[in-house]
Amino acid sequence: MKLAIMTGVVALLLLALIFELLRRRQLREKYAVLWLVVGLVTLPLGFIPSSLDNVSSWLGVASGASLVLFLAVVFLLIVCIHLSWEASRLEDETRSLAEEVALIRADLRDMKDRQADLEAELEQARTSRAGGAANGANGHPVGIVTQRDGKAVLGER
Amino acid sequence: MNADHRVLIIIPAWNEAASIADVIAEVRDELPAYDVLVVNDGSTDDTERMALDAGARVVSLPYNLGVGGAMRLGYRYADENDYDVAIQLDADGQHDPRYVPKLIDGLGEARLVLGARFAGEGDYQVRGPRRWAMSLLSGVLSRMAKTRLDDTTSGFRACDREIIKLFAQWYPVEYLGDTVETLVRVIRLGHPVGQVPVAMRPRAAGTPSKSPIKAAVYLGRAMITLLLAINRR
Repeated sequence: MKLAIMTGVVALLLLALIFELLRRRQLREKYAVLWLVVGLVTLPLGFIPSSLDNVSSWLGVASGASLVLFLAVVFLLIVCIHLSWEASRLEDETRSLAEEVALIRADLRDMKDRQADLEAELEQARTSRAGGAANGANGHPVGIVTQRDGKAVLGER
Repeated sequence: MNADHRVLIIIPAWNEAASIADVIAEVRDELPAYDVLVVNDGSTDDTERMALDAGARVVSLPYNLGVGGAMRLGYRYADENDYDVAIQLDADGQHDPRYVPKLIDGLGEARLVLGARFAGEGDYQVRGPRRWAMSLLSGVLSRMAKTRLDDTTSGFRACDREIIKLFAQWYPVEYLGDTVETLVRVIRLGHPVGQVPVAMRPRAAGTPSKSPIKAAVYLGRAMITLLLAINRR
């Protein structure tokens, strides 16, 4: 009966681990449910390994243990395939984000260049009119910057 | 294709600081009317700065995605900025920009035009498994497209608005997917494909691999890619 205690304790530890991860919100719910079910199924099987013997003899499998082993391998394979699928999907998503970041950064660079050009032009206009009559009522020079065909045009009010 | 079409030249570049400036300078010299976009594919060297200084527009991916990843971004840029024609050209200087007008002429009858290295022009030669892989690919794809395609893995190609839209949302990142699989998809969607003979120049920087093991691996991957591409929906 030592084996039953060992497997049962492992099942208990597994269940506790899943519960703890879930409690700390480290596992997404869709995975948590899956692993909780796995834990709950293995717990009774761990303590009473012979409980599957009826099912296995009905299926023609010599012992319950080898049936559990077989099912476990199949289950783990399916989980692995699912995770590969999930990883591929995540890669697709990060790829789209990377593209988005690249486009936004390029746009930002263009904007900065345009802004620098505009500021330079504004500064030039300001200095060339310093002391002139182009000052507004409050003493500040008045300039209107408009855009025409993507080029900055500085006009007086 | 008339003169007022907007043409974008897309150059995918990954750590090509040694050659990118010369390539851009040559393209701008030969084709002053066309815009040049360098897709910096997560380079760790000065590629981005060199390309900007040479006067190209640059979009930089935050990490390396491979040619396919870089190209989808290029086509996305072309799509979002309403270009009518997109040309793909390598950053290592082996594609001669003087052939670009010929590729664009080819867009009259075809939606996707390949610059083919084996179609008479130049003296491009490969041997062994790599050659078998290339002739297998060109045999199968020529039959599918019902036209002669001598160089299906060519990275020198031109396409029109319709294909830009397709590639902007779908462009495989896998190895060989960027050439072979895109070709299979375009042919299966019923778009006409054509080729124009081009001469390739030796690379301006870097050396092509000559190892027979790599060539054999290439053959295997080419066959897997082709099989998968043909069976994909």
